[in-house]
Amino acid sequence: MIISNTSRRGFLRTSVAGLALGVCAPAYLRAQAAPLKIGHLTPTTGFLGPLGEYAQMGIKLAVSHINANGGAGGRQVELIMEDSVNPQTASTKAERMFERDNVDMIIGEISSASCLTISQVAARYGKCFVNTGGNSDSLRGQDCNRYMFHVETQNSMYVNAEGAYFKQEDMVDGKNWYTLTADYAFGHDLLSAAKAFLDANGGIVTGEDLVPTDATDFSSYLLKIRQAEPDVVALNLAGTQITNFFKQYGEFGLDFTVGGFGFDTVAAWAAGAQNFRGTWPNVWNHLVPNDASQAFVKTFTDEYGKPPENQAWGDYNAGLIMAKAVTEAGDASGDALVAYLESPEAQFNLMKNRKGYFRPTDHQLIQEIYAITALPASEVQNEYDIFTTSEPLPGADEPLEALAQSVTGGTCSF
Amino acid sequence: MLGLFIAQVLNGLLDGTYYLLIALGLSLIFSLGGIINLAHGAFFAIGAYLAVLITPYVGYFGALIIVPVMVAGLGMLTERTLFTRFYRIDPLYSLLLTFGLAMVIEQGLRWIFGASPQNYNMPDILRGQVFMGDFIYSRYRLFLIAVAVAVVAALWVLLNRTSFGRIVRAGVQNPEIVGSLGISLRPYLSMVAGIAIGLAGLAGVLLSPIYTVHPAMGAEIITLAFVVVVIGGLGSFWGVILAAILVGLTKGVLVAVGLSAWSTSAIYLLMFVVLLLRPRGLLGERILRFE
Repeated sequence: MIISNTSRRGFLRTSVAGLALGVCAPAYLRAQAAPLKIGHLTPTTGFLGPLGEYAQMGIKLAVSHINANGGAGGRQVELIMEDSVNPQTASTKAERMFERDNVDMIIGEISSASCLTISQVAARYGKCFVNTGGNSDSLRGQDCNRYMFHVETQNSMYVNAEGAYFKQEDMVDGKNWYTLTADYAFGHDLLSAAKAFLDANGGIVTGEDLVPTDATDFSSYLLKIRQAEPDVVALNLAGTQITNFFKQYGEFGLDFTVGGFGFDTVAAWAAGAQNFRGTWPNVWNHLVPNDASQAFVKTFTDEYGKPPENQAWGDYNAGLIMAKAVTEAGDASGDALVAYLESPEAQFNLMKNRKGYFRPTDHQLIQEIYAITALPASEVQNEYDIFTTSEPLPGADEPLEALAQSVTGGTCSF
Repeated sequence: MLGLFIAQVLNGLLDGTYYLLIALGLSLIFSLGGIINLAHGAFFAIGAYLAVLITPYVGYFGALIIVPVMVAGLGMLTERTLFTRFYRIDPLYSLLLTFGLAMVIEQGLRWIFGASPQNYNMPDILRGQVFMGDFIYSRYRLFLIAVAVAVVAALWVLLNRTSFGRIVRAGVQNPEIVGSLGISLRPYLSMVAGIAIGLAGLAGVLLSPIYTVHPAMGAEIITLAFVVVVIGGLGSFWGVILAAILVGLTKGVLVAVGLSAWSTSAIYLLMFVVLLLRPRGLLGERILRFE
């Protein structure tokens, strides 16, 4: 009888598998009791939709990596993703995820308003919610919640980082600032953090306009800015509004220094090298020059055909952090995870020089951040590498919490 | 300060042209077929995406001509396959149809191109600014306004000085009598839908260099375009133009005096006041079958 190579292998494989199943199945099944269910909510439509799409790519990649490496605490991870739409819908969907899908935790979100409603639902169920995109200080202050953790950096930290850059450029003391602020929770919160910074450092606000969130045209604002001749134009805008502003700022030929206190690289990419300008704070970007970051950029690009945006970094890392937490805590209940995440052992590799940790008093992930600066259009090689990244902030000689001091948004008590 | 105020008023006057092309199309489709086309913004987005797609091959000016024709073709197809089934029934159904169509198109764009905005720039020849005394304006916007004015003028001639326009206007007032004269309105309905939706495509190309090209861009602009149509009065050509200017002016002046946070709400307030005083809109004609 002739047994071909392939069928012999096939036979071997089948028998080994059968043996494994027979011998190990009971133990294997016990260890795998039930999959760990992660609910993911983030806006994938509306003006935050572009970020939400990166968030979903990030969490999907994280889950596939976790599962490929044996799962979280031996449990395979099952991911349930939905569009959170708006704060009301986010709350309803969070409720449904906990009640019907029995998720062990929820990760995601970008809108600070939706973070608040999701965190309230999570607290009611005693499960964790990990915020990966909401910047508002009050989420870490007066609206804080024992079960809510923040992988995204808060507004005050961005303001302190960006402010340090402007101070170093001598653009603060005695200089005139003109602010444009998105007229909703995020913008207002960022504006008060920015004003606190300018007050403390001698900056002068010569003009401030609130911009309705559905405004697409900035021509009237640009004419005012031109008249006011400020030293710095500071933006507290979000989503596609930043891109619209860039396109129209160049169109009207204004040349004042532009910067702002909140930023996502997708806005720079959408504006393009010809229109993007200024220096902006950033939680992480695809040019961060270390091996872990570049390995992530490569895996992500291989998978999706484009480099990761900072939002993809947030949801990817939140996934890994929570998988590690479940492994270490040995339990996915909210209280066990809170106890572990607040403990001094909970230190996380974040593809940055220094490890990060959640500050026990407000659950903010204390970490290094970066500032990106637009490259002159003539030096741009491709549509993604249109800026340069700074060294990590705070600098290596400063304590990691340096940027997370004197935050606005009220005091947190759990 | 006065100079700035005048600049703002001028800018406000010009601002209205951005909605004009979309609002006129909406008004046309409604007046003739009685269909409130909530998908109009979605066709605007299709226009923008087509511009992104074909500009590398035919250039900006090529796109400016080809895209509106392509979108008009899509519009006629939509009219023939979908709108035509809804002319004789409660407008509520066509509202549902076009609302659904808008969602399908938006999600379709998201599916094909992703949610991330597309990169689109103006041609170099239209870059730069024009100075008129103290008033500075973008050269591209002046071009945009010139195109819009030319198209609106051509549309006016088409509707008021040609036999095509006479039949369309008669059809708006009384389709039964037009029918009894032996004129079938069907081809006219298709052509009007083609023209109206083609205008939305044209607006998509014109606005892409200064706005963000993303799947929800249609939803962003459609509400304001509707408000313009309602303020101006359904079926009124000049009403839509007047309303577009009023809306732009309201926004511009409020930003100028530092009440920018109210600039959007003020437009709805304007609509509210106009509807209270003149329920038919500023220059709305009396259309018997809609009374």
